[in-house]
Amino acid sequence: RSQEQTASASPLLRALLETLIYCRHQVLRIKTKNEEEVKQLQLLESLEHLELDFWINPSAPALPVDVRIPAVSVQSVKAFLESQGIQYSILIEDLQDVLDKEKQDMVESAQRQRSTSSFDFGAYHTLDDINAELDNLASEYSFVEKIQIGESYEKRPLYVLKFSTRGSKRPAIWLDAGIHSREWVTQASAMWIANKIASDYGTDESITSLLNKMDLFLLPVANPDGFVYTHTSNRMWRKTRSKIPGSICVGVDPNRNWDAGFGGPGASNNPCSESYHGPSANSEVEVKSVVDFIKNHGNFKAFLTLHSYSQLLMYPYGYKCTRPDDYAELESLGRAAASSIRSLYGTTFQVGTICKTIYQASGGSIDWSYDNGIKYSFAFELRDTGRYGFLLPANQILPAAKETWLGLKKIMEHVRDKSS
Amino acid sequence: RAMELPPGRFPAARAAAVAVAYLRYLRGGPGSGLQLRELRRARRQDIDDVGHKYYLELELEDVLDKDRTVNCTAEVLYHLGSKTSAPDVQVTVQGELRSTEEADKEFYNRIRSLEKELVAENIPDSHGNVPPELEPIHLLAWVASGYVIWQNSTENTKFHLAQVKHVKQVKRSDEDLQFDFVVLLHEMVSQEVLPWEVTLLWHPQRGARVPQSRAAGAGS
Repeated sequence: RSQEQTASASPLLRALLETLIYCRHQVLRIKTKNEEEVKQLQLLESLEHLELDFWINPSAPALPVDVRIPAVSVQSVKAFLESQGIQYSILIEDLQDVLDKEKQDMVESAQRQRSTSSFDFGAYHTLDDINAELDNLASEYSFVEKIQIGESYEKRPLYVLKFSTRGSKRPAIWLDAGIHSREWVTQASAMWIANKIASDYGTDESITSLLNKMDLFLLPVANPDGFVYTHTSNRMWRKTRSKIPGSICVGVDPNRNWDAGFGGPGASNNPCSESYHGPSANSEVEVKSVVDFIKNHGNFKAFLTLHSYSQLLMYPYGYKCTRPDDYAELESLGRAAASSIRSLYGTTFQVGTICKTIYQASGGSIDWSYDNGIKYSFAFELRDTGRYGFLLPANQILPAAKETWLGLKKIMEHVRDKSS
Repeated sequence: RAMELPPGRFPAARAAAVAVAYLRYLRGGPGSGLQLRELRRARRQDIDDVGHKYYLELELEDVLDKDRTVNCTAEVLYHLGSKTSAPDVQVTVQGELRSTEEADKEFYNRIRSLEKELVAENIPDSHGNVPPELEPIHLLAWVASGYVIWQNSTENTKFHLAQVKHVKQVKRSDEDLQFDFVVLLHEMVSQEVLPWEVTLLWHPQRGARVPQSRAAGAGS
């Protein structure tokens, strides 16, 4: 009868019925003492309207009989058994509970399998290892795709993970890390965040509703040449590795190279400087690739970027010290995000515009994104406040990633709600 | 006529960093290191023909004992227009800092009894690791760089010790321990990482002294 009901129901109702089909069904174990009792159970078995499902059929007195009883029949079957003096015990109180738990166990086990397979999210990795894990994530999850948006100066691919559950050019969120290569906690956190989003889609309400409405694009290593250089030669390298005509010095500060107040205060025109803005806006292919990608897409609603260190959560502007038009909303959202971050381990992030909080700096990425219509533009400076600085111990990667994720999630949820 | 400053904005934060650096130089040692937990309050006074004076209320924590905090007040005076004069700093610590007498003595004796002079590099290493036996050296580098940071700070700089590139113990005929450091200082405003050569003399009772320091040659 329940199958008939299910078939004739609307799709929504059917889905509901199918998931709850064993709700309050009980499984009894019946211990028969003699042939007479076995015959009684066989009589019970013949009563089709009860829809009893014998897992072990009544056959001989020595063998237990296990039977699943639909909720509606439980009381009457028990009454019958008791009136016949037939002993029974309850194997399963509510079958649905057991099935739900089993499903959850399977999901968790699959996750554990994946995470123990090789990539340790609590350690620092080389570029090659990171790229291999990007492939791994893309192959593991149908809604995750690795795309290449360009090449670095030294011809390394710029890989972005695209999280998209359906549709095309849906409203999207941009997240990047490692634009300054020495800020190692950012690339590491981005990898943890990628894995978190991928594995929690379908189980976490917030991530699920977010990806059901929007796409997410994550660039974990925005400056791969610099990153490799920090591994092979100079751990403190910040800039790109581009050759500068007429100079012995190498590299441009990629976060002074965007077309937002380019060349203004807070950037240097000296090629040997760590904050050298470059010969012109977007001269760095690492920057241009992102600019072109975002412009061509045309539907980004948020631009989020990770830096370290200082524990700050900032919004535009950096190139000028005046407030953006959306100051009130961005300040409020920033505070909410900082509050979420603090809720986990007590880590405090200061909130404010770049210019007031850290320093005036021109040519920055979130100023460009904001001036190009992407309202929700935020830059994070992650742990710590100077004790270890760029050399954050690996045992702080997971705490940093987890707390940062809460802040990002708060912003993304707001963007999701405003975009629908 | 002192103006209240928001603690979350950079002018107050920079002055606080100077105060902390100074305090590390004055009170730091191989057994303790102070860091800023919270800048509670900041005010600034512009003094004609003299400079800018910051009044700060700070809460500090001991990195080796995070549950222990201590409050302090500080005054940081940046001299007007002067590029060669260090800021004047005064700090008052309220309450007691943890006594490190035992740890200091033990470290002192350990180093004095080394047959070969201690040499180490890259503290912390690329992954942020500091071997436990080198943590006291790391903290002494904080003392040494505390002095350099205090001496070289302006309202337009904010320094942190990024890494100890190299350290060499130099045996002495007197009772001081001597360590010759090459430290990397990260300057937040320019984002430069600057190598400095600093000599530190330290004694458990007499504390620290920096007889010489200088910016090292251009980095790699």
